[in-house]
Amino acid sequence: MTDAAVSVRKPNLKARAPVAARARRVKGFWATNKWLILRRLSQAGVLALFLTGPVFGVWIVKGTLASSMTLNTLPLTDPFMLAQSLAARHWPEGLALLGAAIVIAFYALVSGRTYCSWVCPINPVTDAAHWVHDRLGLNKGWQPKPNTRLLIMIAMLVLSALTGVIVFELINPITAVYRALLFGGAWAIGLVAAIFFFDVFVSRRGWCSHLCPVGAAYGLIGAKSLVRVVAPKRAACDDCLDCYAVCPEAHVITPALRGADRGLPPVILDRDCTACGRCIDVCSENVFRFSHRFDTREETPILQPMKASA
Amino acid sequence: MGRTQGGIDPARRRFLESAARGVAGVGAAGTLLALHAREAEARAPDAIRPPGALADERAFLSACVRCGLCVRDCPYKTLTLSALGDRKAAAGTPYFTARDIPCEMCDDIPCVKACPTGALEHSLRDIAKARMGTAVLVDSENCLNWLGLRCDVCYRVCPVIDKAITLEIERNERTGKHARFVPTVHADACTGCGKCEKSCVLPEAAIKVLPLHLARAKSADHYRKGWIEKEKNHGPLVPGVEGLPQRLPEAPK
Repeated sequence: MTDAAVSVRKPNLKARAPVAARARRVKGFWATNKWLILRRLSQAGVLALFLTGPVFGVWIVKGTLASSMTLNTLPLTDPFMLAQSLAARHWPEGLALLGAAIVIAFYALVSGRTYCSWVCPINPVTDAAHWVHDRLGLNKGWQPKPNTRLLIMIAMLVLSALTGVIVFELINPITAVYRALLFGGAWAIGLVAAIFFFDVFVSRRGWCSHLCPVGAAYGLIGAKSLVRVVAPKRAACDDCLDCYAVCPEAHVITPALRGADRGLPPVILDRDCTACGRCIDVCSENVFRFSHRFDTREETPILQPMKASA
Repeated sequence: MGRTQGGIDPARRRFLESAARGVAGVGAAGTLLALHAREAEARAPDAIRPPGALADERAFLSACVRCGLCVRDCPYKTLTLSALGDRKAAAGTPYFTARDIPCEMCDDIPCVKACPTGALEHSLRDIAKARMGTAVLVDSENCLNWLGLRCDVCYRVCPVIDKAITLEIERNERTGKHARFVPTVHADACTGCGKCEKSCVLPEAAIKVLPLHLARAKSADHYRKGWIEKEKNHGPLVPGVEGLPQRLPEAPK
């Protein structure tokens, strides 16, 4: 690379290199895809824990993501499901209450929306949809307001209260996919396909980042979580915008990455962050890493030639 | 911010617009979902809920999180988790079809124990007290016992034999000299397990388990059965009325 070529590294959206191309050159394949691969392994691993029972007769986790029993000792229950049940005026047995309490405690600590990026089976679907959307060069389409999913979440609770039944379960694609895989049923494919095509053609990142009330609920649970993505080397950012391109909730990056002037800490504190770690992967300057919410340390970069010449 | 000709601040206008859009969108989707929720309360009459299931369908759907733990812990694979679009019962909820696999009435009721939410009531400890439905002899014209034969299979397989199903002996009018042993269900003892329906030898069962609201009548609250009242009262309710009045004409003198 010539100096001239390097010095033009400024955001130029028209003539951008493919996302993460530079990170891959600088860091290699593994470091550029580490968190993505770990995340896919986590999603598949959770499903595998459920599947060993019905497929091989080795029961590790019974039930579905709605409510489960691990090794006949650990009960887990989806808190949003239980909230709807309460709104429908059913007081549950202790087992479900305990299960929900454990789930809430875990995600309150480890960032609520890690459920979305590390567990939920719909995430690979919408990630794939986003990839297709990008390849086709489609425009964003319908982009509902950021608080839409909260509105939907509240609407589900109100509807549960009005109808007296757990309303979102009628269409919940997350549990429908798990039930289909574990207990059978083909119609869930239709539901998954609907979300896929909705995300490709109607609304870029429409379902997971704008509408899903389960994600909204987990976001609220983890609003003050300990585990966070931080940007200690934000001063090294070269404005390539790759992190924005891969982030499913791009608005969460700005305060941490660009907030130095406003005195904001280099920590992604927004509850919408799914802690997927994709920004860590694709950054050639290693700006981001996983840490905790009180980690406000900043690393001053060694001045590089191109910065000096700019 | 400048004012438009309508006198509405543009920021305020944008806010009102997006608020209206949100409320209208969620309202429309919510109405459709609520309608769908109503329709999902319908359940096929041969889809029987597990023991201890909350009797009111809506109450059951407020409690069941559709996790399938009851299905997993059923040792006889009796229970099925309704699949999306399966139309037997609300998607993801458990049921069984008695003619396929009836409930074996386990003493320890593992399905109820597995239920995390109490959609299957944990207060059910004695399986004989379960009321999943009740058996009804729906077609006496084809029942072999009614025809005067000694099939008796439904009676023999009944786990609550001689209480839930008895054989009532009647005169066989057709032959004029035989008895008929009529299978008779007593709903106060029938758990609705469905073993009778499963074992009926006919190609289509003559005895079927039905949900209680289809199988049972309800006596009017104000009805009194004279013979019971008389017993409670240890004697006639209206004193002085012992028998019927004498209506025979007086014998001519």
